[in-house]
Amino acid sequence: MSENIISLKNISVSFDGEVILDKLNLDIKDGAFVTLLGPSGCGKTTTLRIIGGFQEPDSGDVFFGSERINDLPAHKRKLNTVFQRYALFPHLNVYENIAFGMRIQKKSESEIRAKVDEMLKLVSLEGFEKRRTSTLSGGQQQRVAIARALANDPRVLLLDEPLGALDLKLRQEMQVELKRIQSRLGITFVYVTHDQEEALSMSDTIVVMNHGVIQQIGSPIDIYNEPENGFVADFIGESNIVDGIMHADCDVEFCNTRFECVDTGFAKDEEVDVVIRPEDIVVVPKEESGLRGTVTSVTFKGVHYEMYVDVPGEEEEWIIQSTVAQEEGKEIGMTVDPENIHIMKKYTGDYASDIEFA
Amino acid sequence: MKKDSLIASPFMLWVLIFTIIPLGMVCWYAFTDASGAFTLANIETIGTYWVYLKDSLVMGAVATLLCLVLGYPVAYIMSRASWGAQQTMMMLLMLPQWMNFLLRTYSWMTILENNGLINTLLGKIGLGPFHMINTKGAIILGMVYNFLPYMILPIYSVMEKIHESLFEAARDLGANRFNTLLRVVMPLSLPGVITGITMVFVPSVSTFVISQMLGGGRNMLIGDVIERLFVGAAPNYNVGAALSLVLMVLILISMAIMKKFDDGEETGGLMM
Repeated sequence: MSENIISLKNISVSFDGEVILDKLNLDIKDGAFVTLLGPSGCGKTTTLRIIGGFQEPDSGDVFFGSERINDLPAHKRKLNTVFQRYALFPHLNVYENIAFGMRIQKKSESEIRAKVDEMLKLVSLEGFEKRRTSTLSGGQQQRVAIARALANDPRVLLLDEPLGALDLKLRQEMQVELKRIQSRLGITFVYVTHDQEEALSMSDTIVVMNHGVIQQIGSPIDIYNEPENGFVADFIGESNIVDGIMHADCDVEFCNTRFECVDTGFAKDEEVDVVIRPEDIVVVPKEESGLRGTVTSVTFKGVHYEMYVDVPGEEEEWIIQSTVAQEEGKEIGMTVDPENIHIMKKYTGDYASDIEFA
Repeated sequence: MKKDSLIASPFMLWVLIFTIIPLGMVCWYAFTDASGAFTLANIETIGTYWVYLKDSLVMGAVATLLCLVLGYPVAYIMSRASWGAQQTMMMLLMLPQWMNFLLRTYSWMTILENNGLINTLLGKIGLGPFHMINTKGAIILGMVYNFLPYMILPIYSVMEKIHESLFEAARDLGANRFNTLLRVVMPLSLPGVITGITMVFVPSVSTFVISQMLGGGRNMLIGDVIERLFVGAAPNYNVGAALSLVLMVLILISMAIMKKFDDGEETGGLMM
């Protein structure tokens, strides 16, 4: 569990002068479910293709265990890929698609049959052997693609936005399923997605990327609760990000109001980004807080209400999530517990919300 | 529905006048004698002409096979090339086709003649002359030269549609280039191969211009025989029509066999 199975050292890639990956370093532990998360164009798919051997880095080394595999062609690597659009062979039925890799290894028919049966059971597609892939639904094709990749007993499974084409309900089912398959087989999954919810619900480790640079590596809980910079905070769930000044340890000012926080180690009067999650804001009568604003819109979201609040002097409206609805146009006060105020170094790059999504 | 058929009516009329009526006439001539009475004698003459028919089928098959061997790799390379390279190759492939078919074939005569281009050049280095014109080899060369694009284009158009991700999937599952070609490209390109074979075999078997120009009348094909029976010194429409009909049926049978092969491949998943 603690050994690194994949290591990327100083990987750089550029296309037509545009930098895709910039001196990327990444270690992936054996048996882990690692998600590369970021907006489109952040380099996550390129990273996966480098691991898979479909793309050569301009510079840097790729290690599989302790072996350098830069020059090992894709078909000799002990890993398999679930492609974004499944890439099932249209001329073969489900059985033969799953058997493809084993046929190349010239395994015996009985061995192949046993493995295909096992794989179909794993992805709950028993009885689909003879079906043509074109007669399957998107979700079923996805399962065949997973079974086909796993039938080769890879040590690492690469998944390139595998659930992107499925509808929400199916996607959530498949998330649970993938996690189950991964923990059952105990092999390493490297998963690429731009969907933060997907990343949070499945991963052991999330790698947040932007512009070919890793922004943060951590557990879902770390990434969500302790985002390292404004980009990560903004990308993982909705956040209010405002300018602040750190007067002293645990003493921050934003929106012309002094707040107690739990962060230390900043310079005196350093300018910082203050990140507050919408669900961490507590609405109080306006007299009880120095931070006030006017509710401009209220939207019912199922579990909670989402409210936009205009705070005087702030460029962007604040987002609040609460189970209690406020009246539109009402002036409210807002407080935040000290541990829910996240202070981070000023981030100068683009925010996720400024980037076009695929 | 009614409107659709109305739009197609000019073509229907065309087909009626230039396909169905002539076909009816061929059938009528084939089964009647000079006086117009029904007979099977015309069909029975095929025994006399069997040698020409056999030559045609064999040479057509050889030419088709050569086109496949030459054309398949070209189609594969073309389909995997960059867009610009694909356009260039397509251009090179089509360029000779801009010249008239008769002129193209005629030019081969001057190349292959006993004192033609090749023998003249070989003579300069003290070789030859080789006898090339008026041989079966020359006829097959003419067929391959003229019909090769009809093999390449359908195969190319099918291969070009094979998505790059299927190549990656094959590699991912451990297939090297050869295995990818054998297990992915070949089965998926089969419909193009079937079309290509049909498009080369049918005109090769029935040609008479190529055999006359490059075979010098000494290597008659069934097409030459039929042509002579219609426009030669002693025309016999009835026998000519009968031979045409036999040729047509043979071609239809071979196409049906090819089609069967294609369909069989598509439904049979458990083989290989």
